[in-house]
Amino acid sequence: MASGVISPANTSVKQPKKERMLFQTFKRLCKNKLAVFGMIVIAFQILLAIFAPWIAQYDPVVQNLSKAQLGPGAEGHFLGTDNYGRDMFARLVYGARISLIVGITSVTLGLLGGLFLGLISGYYRKLDGVIMRFVDLLFAFPGILLAMLIIAMLGTSLVNVVIAISIWSIPTCARIVRGSVLSVKKQEYVVAMKSLGASDLRIIMKHILPNCTAPIIVFATMRMATAILSTAALSFLGLGAQPPTPEWGAMIAAGQDFMWTAPHMTVIPGIAIMLVVFAFNVVGDGLRDALDPNMELDT
Amino acid sequence: MNQLLEVNDLVTSFRTAEGKLSAVRGVSFSVDKGETLCIVGESGCGKSITTLSVMGLLPSNGEISRGSIQFSGEELTTKNEEELRKLRGNEISMIFQEPMTALNPVFTIGYQLREPLMIHKRLSKREATQKAITLLDQVGIPHPVSKLKQFPHELSGGMRQRVMIAMALACNPSLLIADEPTTALDVTIQAQILDLIDDLKADLGMGVVMVTHDMGVVAEVADRVMVMYAGEVVEVGTVTEIFEAPKHPYTRGLLASVPNIDDPDHSMEAIPGSLPNLSEEIQGCRFHPRCPFAMDKCMEMEPPLFELSSEHQSKCWLQEVKHYDKQSATSS
Repeated sequence: MASGVISPANTSVKQPKKERMLFQTFKRLCKNKLAVFGMIVIAFQILLAIFAPWIAQYDPVVQNLSKAQLGPGAEGHFLGTDNYGRDMFARLVYGARISLIVGITSVTLGLLGGLFLGLISGYYRKLDGVIMRFVDLLFAFPGILLAMLIIAMLGTSLVNVVIAISIWSIPTCARIVRGSVLSVKKQEYVVAMKSLGASDLRIIMKHILPNCTAPIIVFATMRMATAILSTAALSFLGLGAQPPTPEWGAMIAAGQDFMWTAPHMTVIPGIAIMLVVFAFNVVGDGLRDALDPNMELDT
Repeated sequence: MNQLLEVNDLVTSFRTAEGKLSAVRGVSFSVDKGETLCIVGESGCGKSITTLSVMGLLPSNGEISRGSIQFSGEELTTKNEEELRKLRGNEISMIFQEPMTALNPVFTIGYQLREPLMIHKRLSKREATQKAITLLDQVGIPHPVSKLKQFPHELSGGMRQRVMIAMALACNPSLLIADEPTTALDVTIQAQILDLIDDLKADLGMGVVMVTHDMGVVAEVADRVMVMYAGEVVEVGTVTEIFEAPKHPYTRGLLASVPNIDDPDHSMEAIPGSLPNLSEEIQGCRFHPRCPFAMDKCMEMEPPLFELSSEHQSKCWLQEVKHYDKQSATSS
């Protein structure tokens, strides 16, 4: 039986393969300078968010009216104070925490909903029509209006902003997942798994989902940017974080009355939002390239 | 010999924009234990759809609209999805044409080999790993232990096809369906894989259904041959009967279109024309527009399957005369 087989070179690799693949993706990502910049910004934000109580010397909500509207650098206030004399740096650092938490939870929730709908509609052709029409329905509303509608129904709070943004993420995510499921489902290994007697659940969770991870990771990263931006936008409009919560969008809203006397009140949180959104976008872009299977071949 | 699989008057049709089209039109065949049946025919003649019908893996717009499929005495067409799922991979296994795409790129060979064992035999991970090593060894893969940790893209096509065979054989199925298992491989590997299937068949006493369009493969592995044309069986016989005394013009055409190394004067002949469209209704014999021997009768009436010997049948009016001669000879 097959005795004269020429064995291919024994290319066993000591390192566990999964780690190696992650490492390779990371290495490719590091070749992209913009993505590296983005990753540094995100890492910086995460550090700020985690160590906020230690980094900020002042309480972000305690008012000190005698020191209101100080400019950056004045009297030990590194970034100045706002109209109630609260330290801008402390508010910015705690704001980083809020925008990160809101971003992560809303994207995770949206992802869960989108994955569920996308996997089902991609795999079961019979449910596809119904689910996709529901998704079309969600798509029909302009994003921010949909979020405002949901907040109008649930009331204004940061938790409701999270709910609104996650619902708003569902249709896009469902479409992306459905698209990858449709293409993965046609692969012969899925039929091969069926011919080995694997159940639908097993095929979906173990064979289709892992093959859809690349677009999902890219989507989640890009969506973080949108989520942070929308949280800021909704808070700016007074629909999200309520004062005195140090939310970046709310900080801009508070600062706009003092644009001429204390411009740092609007500019600083504005720069923070811009930097973070930009960072998540470039990292998402970089990941898209790094996870491209065609690039995987030549490494 | 005991019968393993018996298919009777199978009709498989697809719902399409052009209406309901039958890809398989009343196919009957049987496979015994330890026997290899080759299904041959041009691309699109319904070979693969016949095997997928047996597996119950038709695309969502396809359905078995008539006929019965009996596997070890059990009717498969009336079974529900869950009962079929328990059979698949356990009792009936299938190997596919493209070893390049039939393995999941994100999992190791070991993971994928353990899967059928853990689904059907409820083995623990450790037991499954042990069994996987034995299986890889059985299909002639060197260094099975280190191969378990490799990913499909790290193996050559022939190696991957061996892994596919190992996966299919993991639960000792009694029927193996091989859908053009060697088409994507180069010739030397082809021979190895065919030998391997043949050896394993003898070791495990499986029945094998091999779908192919390669007459060389047929000559090598088949015990019996079933020739299909446009969704119908046109000739069935033992491999010797088919190769030495092909009766249907289509079978002759297939054989003539293969280069013959033993006969230097052999001229390769292509069968003129192409397979009819599924939606095309042809009166009489479905092969007559391409048949060099077509008679008036062929255009009017569909020929029945004529018995030529106990094993050999041909669906062609050319056999009619001989058939009746023989019948009158026996009756008088």
